[in-house]
Amino acid sequence: VFSSDIQNDGCRSLSLSGHVGVDSLPDQLVNKSIKQGFCFNILCIGETGIGKSTLIDSLFNTSFDDPVSTHFQPNVRLRAQTYELQESNVRLKLTIVSTVGFGDQIKKEESYQPIVDYIDAQFEAYLQEELKIKRSLHSYHDTRIHVCLYFISPTGHSLKSLDLLTMKSLDSKVNIIPIIGKADSVSKTELQKFKVKLMSELVSNGVQIYQFPTDDETVSEINAIMNGHLPFAVVGSTEEVKVENKMVKARQYPWGIVQVEDENHCDFVKLREMLICTNMEDLREQTHARHYELYRRCRLEEMGFRDTGPENKPVSLQEAYEAKRHEFYIEMQRKEEEMRQVFVQRVKEKEAILKEAEQEIQAKFEHLKRLHQEERLKLEKNRRVLEDEMAMFIKKKAAAELLQTQALVSTPVNFKKDKDRKKDQGFRLELLCFDVRDEQTVNVHGQSEREKLEGERNSPREFQI
Amino acid sequence: MSELVPEPRQKPAVPMKPMGINANLLGYIGIDTIIEQMRKKTMKTGFDFNIMVVGQSGLGKSTLVNTLFKSQVSRKSSGWNREEKIPKTVEIKAIGHVIEEGGVKMKLTVIDTPGFGDQINNENCWEPIEKYINEQYEKFLKEEVNIARKKRIPDTRVHCCLYFISPTGHSLRPLDLEFMKHLSKVVNIIPVIAKADTMTLEEKTEFKQRVRKELEVNGIEFYPQKEFDEDLEDKTENDKIRESMPFAVVGSDKEYQVNGKRVLGRKTPWGIIEVENLTHCEFALLRDFVIRTHLQDLKEVTHNIHYETYRAKRLNDNGGLPPMTVETEENHESNL
Repeated sequence: VFSSDIQNDGCRSLSLSGHVGVDSLPDQLVNKSIKQGFCFNILCIGETGIGKSTLIDSLFNTSFDDPVSTHFQPNVRLRAQTYELQESNVRLKLTIVSTVGFGDQIKKEESYQPIVDYIDAQFEAYLQEELKIKRSLHSYHDTRIHVCLYFISPTGHSLKSLDLLTMKSLDSKVNIIPIIGKADSVSKTELQKFKVKLMSELVSNGVQIYQFPTDDETVSEINAIMNGHLPFAVVGSTEEVKVENKMVKARQYPWGIVQVEDENHCDFVKLREMLICTNMEDLREQTHARHYELYRRCRLEEMGFRDTGPENKPVSLQEAYEAKRHEFYIEMQRKEEEMRQVFVQRVKEKEAILKEAEQEIQAKFEHLKRLHQEERLKLEKNRRVLEDEMAMFIKKKAAAELLQTQALVSTPVNFKKDKDRKKDQGFRLELLCFDVRDEQTVNVHGQSEREKLEGERNSPREFQI
Repeated sequence: MSELVPEPRQKPAVPMKPMGINANLLGYIGIDTIIEQMRKKTMKTGFDFNIMVVGQSGLGKSTLVNTLFKSQVSRKSSGWNREEKIPKTVEIKAIGHVIEEGGVKMKLTVIDTPGFGDQINNENCWEPIEKYINEQYEKFLKEEVNIARKKRIPDTRVHCCLYFISPTGHSLRPLDLEFMKHLSKVVNIIPVIAKADTMTLEEKTEFKQRVRKELEVNGIEFYPQKEFDEDLEDKTENDKIRESMPFAVVGSDKEYQVNGKRVLGRKTPWGIIEVENLTHCEFALLRDFVIRTHLQDLKEVTHNIHYETYRAKRLNDNGGLPPMTVETEENHESNL
């Protein structure tokens, strides 16, 4: 008996006559995941001082490095830190993102925007990686927010409008678990009423909070119960107090000790149970399969991709990419042209500046050249004057010498002449300087004068440009 | 150290590099329960596996698949073969089954390729097979790039291709080399020596060595490919496996009594060949390798490497490949 040649649904169920080994598949899959490690990203939204950091510290039994912030932040910002934790053979990359300055401003309309932007940015980063041609999703560090712990102030009355506004803007982007912070300031009876009020407000405003999944029989019961305890009223503490010979995490008051891990005192244990031990994987899956897909769909539609073309005919991948590519190409060309224009413009400007500078320099040069010319002419004139004087001096000298030799012939020759001559040099020089106009003969004295003149003539040439 | 993320809207704000393991864990938190959570989820979703068998007729492909999955997976049984006509061209026949064992559900698809290597002129007989494999990648890609995507994209991609080598005892045939050369780049190929009960132990070892040598000389990388070994642990484990491949297998779906036990075997005048006896043949090694240790890895290599290569080429080519028409086939569920 053979079943029909099956190519569609309706596969035969095989009966096995021995052990095949298919039951090892979950282990194979799990082992691979262990090798890669896990990622979990928590976003904490709440007013300054509501106990976000303390709660995270309590949840993970450590003290993460977290400086306290002031109430005077000008706007809401987000602080993200990543830690690597290890428990037995499981490595977890835990990222905690906290709001800084939430609810502190006087004007709070824009408070939720940075948070929405942050969440979207993580989706965007993942989407970009997914759209790459050469991508490595396998080893991508997933930064998408898997769960948002929203801290409600323990006023005991109702939700603040900021809370409603923020949660409404986030409920389609992230799994929200509302919790009441610093719940030790609310009494037990008030707490019950408070919780009921909060949940009804959320429901009536259409805020979609995360529902613990009830489809798997092993956890459906406990998840259903837990769903009924929302929002969790938590108290966090990293300090230990001695209670009945045990050191427990607690807050000590004059009137008693609030134990964090006592289920009668607060819902901390429930939160930890739900968040980490039971539903961590489901939170991750919901983020990827629901919130991310929604973001992706909206974003792609925004970018102009369609599954069906203008006539409602299915657009093939190829056509879509072609169209996009063409668009981008045109855009790129336009930008290129723009850049080129800007470049050309800049070049022109620079050229103009340089030309101006050139002209300036030219003008200066001309000016200096002129000065130089003038100086030169002046010096030439001086030189001529001096040379004339020199010539005259020489003439006078010659004449004087002539007179002298004539005078000497009549008087006896004196060997002291050289000495005298030297002694009388100054006197004679003076005399000669006044009279000389003849430039024919050159003598030692005239030489020194000449040299002085040369010197004068040379030095003015060294003027500064 | 913390750092305040600047005003968003400019660049996507990404958390800084992770700090080392600086958190002193005091007391149990419960992070390791994620393993159980994950296991439960996968058991609910189920697995799927697509295996293709390629080889000339009469090499025992169907019998081997039946032996691997301990049931009548293949339509063929002992009488069928002789009556069925050998197809004129290579046909591709994919048949799906559901296997349940120990609470784990697996959708197994066996893709048979009757007609491969059976013609007189076998030129390019691998082409229909290559085309089929690429068509599956194309189908997946089309689903993946949809705006509104299915929650689980049906996975029909071939995760593993068992190639049957004729036990000539000499060397690989040109057809074998041609096929594996073309296909080892697009799919995980696991070569097996069929009907290994025709070789003695020495002949087996020599033949295997020669085959490995020939594959190496021709640049053919069979699964597990050396380049995809992730770490030292992988490498040592896979080296051992590579050294003993191709597995020399014998298949059978008949049981005989041996030493008081019922075993799968082939009865011959000179003795009973026990299929699951490691001294007789390497079937058990193949079974453990494909199903019990490396099934998930076969799927991951297909998804992370072969599929990505196809996708990158497709997107880069921008029209290099003609748009393919896709026939609707059975919807498989992917657990990826």
